[in-house]
Amino acid sequence: MKMDLGNWQAAGNAPDSQPVPAGATTDRPLAIEARGLVKRFDGFTAVDGVDLTVPEGAIYGVLGPNGAGKTTTLRMLLGIIDPDEGVRRVLGAERPHDVAHAIGYLPEERGLYPAMKAHEAIAFVGALRGLPLAEGRRRGKLLLEEHGLGYAADRQIRQMSKGMAQQVQILACLVHEPRLVIFDEPFSGLDALNQGKLEKMMRGLAERGTTVIFSTHVIAHAERLCDRIAIIAGGKVPFAGPVDLARDRIRPQVRLETRAAEGAWRAALPADARHDRKLDGSSFFYFPLPESGIEPLLRALIQGEAGILSLSIERAGLHDAFVAIAGEAAARALDANPEEERAR
Amino acid sequence: MTMTPVRSGGRLTTLSAALVVARRDFSAVLFSRSFLAFLIGPLFMLAVSALASSVGQQVEQNAGRPRLGVAMAPADTAAMTAAARRIDGELDRLLPELVPLRAKPGEAPAATLAGQRGAVDAVLSGTPEHPVLTGSAGMVEAQQVPVRLIAAAALDTRPRAMPKVTLAPVAVPSGTNKIARMRTAQLGQTVLFLLTMLLAGMVLSNLVEEKANKIIEILAAAIPMDAVFLGKLFAMLAVSFVGIAVWGLAAGGVLLGGGHSLAELAAPAVGWPAFLALGVAYFAMAYLLLGAVFLTIGSMASTVREVQTLSMPVTMLQLLVFFFATAAVGAPDSWMARTAQIVPFSSPFTMLARAAMEPGLAPHLLALAWQALWVTLFVRFGAQLFRRRVLKSGPAGGAQGRSGARRWLRLGRA
Repeated sequence: MKMDLGNWQAAGNAPDSQPVPAGATTDRPLAIEARGLVKRFDGFTAVDGVDLTVPEGAIYGVLGPNGAGKTTTLRMLLGIIDPDEGVRRVLGAERPHDVAHAIGYLPEERGLYPAMKAHEAIAFVGALRGLPLAEGRRRGKLLLEEHGLGYAADRQIRQMSKGMAQQVQILACLVHEPRLVIFDEPFSGLDALNQGKLEKMMRGLAERGTTVIFSTHVIAHAERLCDRIAIIAGGKVPFAGPVDLARDRIRPQVRLETRAAEGAWRAALPADARHDRKLDGSSFFYFPLPESGIEPLLRALIQGEAGILSLSIERAGLHDAFVAIAGEAAARALDANPEEERAR
Repeated sequence: MTMTPVRSGGRLTTLSAALVVARRDFSAVLFSRSFLAFLIGPLFMLAVSALASSVGQQVEQNAGRPRLGVAMAPADTAAMTAAARRIDGELDRLLPELVPLRAKPGEAPAATLAGQRGAVDAVLSGTPEHPVLTGSAGMVEAQQVPVRLIAAAALDTRPRAMPKVTLAPVAVPSGTNKIARMRTAQLGQTVLFLLTMLLAGMVLSNLVEEKANKIIEILAAAIPMDAVFLGKLFAMLAVSFVGIAVWGLAAGGVLLGGGHSLAELAAPAVGWPAFLALGVAYFAMAYLLLGAVFLTIGSMASTVREVQTLSMPVTMLQLLVFFFATAAVGAPDSWMARTAQIVPFSSPFTMLARAAMEPGLAPHLLALAWQALWVTLFVRFGAQLFRRRVLKSGPAGGAQGRSGARRWLRLGRA
């Protein structure tokens, strides 16, 4: 049996920067359908009316700052906790444990038995999902071999580095060949090299029809990987849908460089345009593309002799879309963890 | 959009899932160094106790050996002490120790005894043909036969060699009356209680370890929490049976080596085989009930210290339950006995005592079914509490910074 999950260990440094095409995902059957999920803890509403629909075979990102309700939402989808309100259907089942054999899960807090050998740990997680232990051991060794960790198959987890143990755990949640994989903050704890390899592995899973859902507070991962996302902020979902649709929520940004700084043409610029002046006297202006389009603005600039040095229209990034959708507070919470963002 | 049908194959039943957890826990605990220490701990204590008992017996034997002062003519004194030395070895040092005394001429033996200020227990005067033993009534009564033996040996009027007696001990039941059976019942209860308390403590830190390893969420995501709890209880029960087998064999070996047997106790009313089988069954129930409670506590606590704090009241309550069950043995037909048989935690102890006191197995089958029902309820309750309270939000329930103890204390208001 060849367990082709994408060659993690052999993957290159740079992750594939092309996002998975979003096309036609809405025509696929649903792996997850959740309506109005609510979860309260001691009067605190952690999740407040979350709706999610995840097509089969999609790579679906759940984005939000820490404490937004991502983990609680994922735990409800997995059946670890039950929602106080709302309904969920996972792979067609109303009780997620009924389809546990078809689900793989990597929790945010990584954990394996320290005294277990790597291939035994993989087999144990597989056994929890209905895979016979002997088969799990065989597949465990095979998976470790394929991902360049064969030398550590008989090594105890406690003898491994944190990153290596995390790789073993990721393989463990795939050993039973699930149809749906849920990763909670899968990139945290991995170095940049292994983050790239994990991205490649996730794409490989999706290409073979496995649905991949992952939560993250690092937008760049979602931007590279996802065809659909849900943004969670304050326990609510202000946006769920294709990544392109999220980007389209905010207008493209115009970047204008002029020789002159002042003139009658300035009246054609939006009032909230940001203005930076360079040392050589030229000026930079940044502003959203006007609703009237670029032509009237261009005419005004030319007639007003602004002296256009350069002009570009840039589509909004997912981070800008996130800020616009989730709000400044969520963005600030996200920016409170800027290390990984900078590491990109 | 359409929903895909669920594949039916591969899903684990609760029992199968519990067995996966049990198998892992069993082998992990059994092959751990700490379990080896746990296993040999009581054996070590048993060995030390046996050694201490042996030394104590020796001390007691030496301390208890009477000292008789011999105040006879010098030749008679020499003959008596020589005879005592000669036959003492053959009698396994059962004879009193003879200490030659120099009595003042004409001094009465009583005065000689008083002059010794307790250095001897009695004074032997007169001659070997007519020895006179002066001392307390109890002492002279107890020592007259040994003194006669020594005197006879000194006169050489008896055979020098004393034939060895072949000992043929047989089991003589101490009776089948109510009081004798009550002793069997109380012994059974005590053994059951000690084993339960000793072994149920093992499950205490089990979930804490699980949470420390952060694997509990993987288990909770894959299988129902009932299965996790059941699996852990099964594993610990199996580990307990290993412990009981080892300790039982060791204790049996020590007892048999010491010439004891079960027959020294009154036979239980249901017979020994049924009594022992019921003992195993009631141990399993007592262990599972207490284990389920401890497991629930373990799931709420996040450190071993918290576990100890939270489990202390349960341990004290269990002690009360044991006293309750013990008291019920003395009044088997009272309301107290009936209550103790019905209350789940005291039921195994009380019913085991009943097996010693009253014949008939039907009530025991009913009691076991009743206790099994409560085990199920406790496991379900514990699993629900766990799901509701521990895996709340963020990493392993700790996101909101509440301690496990505080969470547990809030349960009353939940």
